[in-house]
Amino acid sequence: MDSLIAIWENVPEALRIVIVILLKIIAILLPVIIAVAYTTFAERKIIGYMQVRCGPNRVGPKGWLQPIADVVKLMFKEIITPTRANRAVFFIAPMLALAPALAVWAVIPFWEGGVLSDINAGLLFVLAITSLDVFGIILAGWASNSKYAILSSMRVGAQVVAYEIAMGFALVGVLMLAGSLNLTEIVNAQAGGIQNWFVWPLFGLLVVYFISGVAETNRAPFDVAEGESEIVAGFHVEYSGMAFALFFLAEYASMLLISILTVLLFLGGWLSPFGATFVDVPLLGMILGDGIHWLFLKAFFFLVLYLWFRATFPRYRYDQIMRLGWKILIPVTLVWIFGIIIFKALQQLGVL
Amino acid sequence: MPEIRNFTLNFGPAHPAAHGVLRLVLEMDGEVIQRADPHIGLLHRGTEKLAESKIYNQSIGYMDRLDYVSMMCNEHGYVLALEKMMGIEAPIRAQYIRVMFDEITRILNHLLWIGAHALDVGAMTMFLYAFREREDLMDVYEAVSGARLHATYYRPGGVYRDLPDSMPMFEKSRWHNEAEVKRLNKNREGTVLDFIEDFTARFPKYVDEYETLLTDNRIWKQRLVDIGIVSPERALQLGLTGAMLRGSGIEWDLRKKQPYEVYDKINFDIPVGTNGDSYDRYLVRVEEMRQSNRIIKQCVDWLNKNPGPVILDDNKVAPPPRTAMKSDMEALIHHFKLATEGYCLPEGEAYAAIEHPKGEFGCYIVSDGANKPYRLKIRAPGFAHMSAMDELTKGHMLADVVTIIGTMDIVFGEVDR
Repeated sequence: MDSLIAIWENVPEALRIVIVILLKIIAILLPVIIAVAYTTFAERKIIGYMQVRCGPNRVGPKGWLQPIADVVKLMFKEIITPTRANRAVFFIAPMLALAPALAVWAVIPFWEGGVLSDINAGLLFVLAITSLDVFGIILAGWASNSKYAILSSMRVGAQVVAYEIAMGFALVGVLMLAGSLNLTEIVNAQAGGIQNWFVWPLFGLLVVYFISGVAETNRAPFDVAEGESEIVAGFHVEYSGMAFALFFLAEYASMLLISILTVLLFLGGWLSPFGATFVDVPLLGMILGDGIHWLFLKAFFFLVLYLWFRATFPRYRYDQIMRLGWKILIPVTLVWIFGIIIFKALQQLGVL
Repeated sequence: MPEIRNFTLNFGPAHPAAHGVLRLVLEMDGEVIQRADPHIGLLHRGTEKLAESKIYNQSIGYMDRLDYVSMMCNEHGYVLALEKMMGIEAPIRAQYIRVMFDEITRILNHLLWIGAHALDVGAMTMFLYAFREREDLMDVYEAVSGARLHATYYRPGGVYRDLPDSMPMFEKSRWHNEAEVKRLNKNREGTVLDFIEDFTARFPKYVDEYETLLTDNRIWKQRLVDIGIVSPERALQLGLTGAMLRGSGIEWDLRKKQPYEVYDKINFDIPVGTNGDSYDRYLVRVEEMRQSNRIIKQCVDWLNKNPGPVILDDNKVAPPPRTAMKSDMEALIHHFKLATEGYCLPEGEAYAAIEHPKGEFGCYIVSDGANKPYRLKIRAPGFAHMSAMDELTKGHMLADVVTIIGTMDIVFGEVDR
């Protein structure tokens, strides 16, 4: 132990910072990837029970090793490149899809101070990076040299423009109430129990945000980009093996991200709904007080919502998605924001 | 200016929404369909030609394989044509059994249709719900014929055998313990008829479940309403039948208009639509499931009260019972003759049609007096529906093509034959 500390002290200062950051990145990404693997398992199980069937139950006890079997299978599968595909772009596209989906986690706080990079413009960073996701998809569709894939790329391009705006507007409401772009501060602005969460004043925006989130991640009922029964699998129809797995990983990482962001922005993140009521009680205070478990519990709820949508709803048609985005969601957010502006103005004038 | 060309998309034959092997060549302007050109024949097995080299009874099994989701109805059309040629009629109990199984088959078909249609539109849960109920009806098929799918149950002059007195039961296994097996077997303790009766009691609730999931679902309505509209006049001109015709508001159902078997003794209603769009056809088919359930209930009640023969006593057409065959010389000869040479139909021709779950299914038989048909022509409803594809899809979007394929309820076994 002492020798280890000695070695550590001999490491130059600059290198130490790098090592610490790398370790932190691993500490965040490894759980994220494991969570992604088990989200796929949860999805198959939960949807399975919703559809009066069992879901995977053969690999390992009660099917718990299924995701690992899937990973092994995908790794050993051949990656087929279609003839006349643009090879370079074809291989860069899945990486382009995955990289932003993982990079966003840098600014996500898991508890007070539990964040890799506590930057001021955290929310802006999230918006900027998640928007990059779509380039991977568009390029994948274009590079595949397949008509189904190119149709999918076109659909995604149009869909993302519409929903990015609705999503951005929904976040403006949060910014106005929190007065900060820093995610930790946004959560702290909701401190003091369930009544202070932004979900109450911003309920409409929460709904809009989550719907846009579902659309952004291309999940049912907005999965026109994938459109199983129309354009077969859309942008990743020509992908196999690990190249396909990267898209898969990106999709599920984004799902987790949207769930956690919704909780951070509207439902008080890691804050307990009871505020500080139980903090002094031993043991119970640990459970009912603030903590990362609240974050996960609330995020899990939204994750299940994702799966529930998928099991319940038919798929929108491409033009209907556009209509919903432009004619319903964006006006709703605008009206809501106006409401907040008036409220804020009255507050500052001392009327309220 | 550069020339702007339309986009040609090859849809199928290996496409998740192609319902088997439909190949559509779509000419599209962006996402909008300009022309849909169906290419068929990928599942052609030459049923009509094969029938020409087989004695009549051996073709019954081939009929099952035409539309492989409404097996017994196909048999019915063929068997009815044979009976018409010979001028015979099945005993009354056999007629009730046939009607009952026609309606069971209709439910089977519509369940698969609602599942596949919803899956095409994106609601995948429906598919599994529908298969849960199909399983029960498949078990009924198995109980009477020994096969879950390709039953070969109908015969000219009746049905192959009477309804058995017991249902097959579940057995204990690694996956089902004793308590579970007991629960699963609860409604299988009585006769097949008891099981069917139990099913008819449960089924309306299931249909309600489907309707909760779909009928008032906004997305479902957005995807179906005003998609693939057919006017009543056009529907007639295009030769559409079944729900495709009734969805357009024309009350045409062979079970009412040209009653065969005992349909004239049974109470049921024919649902019709008003707009002729996909949503109306959806509602029509859902209501048909409820009506079929009603018919099955009436048949079960009648069959429970009236035992009797289920096949003609005429050994020139129907084989004698196996017990007689073992002891009676003449019966053995009859059986041998029927199994090898079959029977000869008088010279002439006949067309018989039934209200198949998909529309009018007819068989046209030309006989030159031999023991095989000179020509057998099958009128499959799906074929006529398929030919309306271009007209229905024009101007709709790619996603609507999938809806329209679903609403046509196409099965390639019968289109390609």
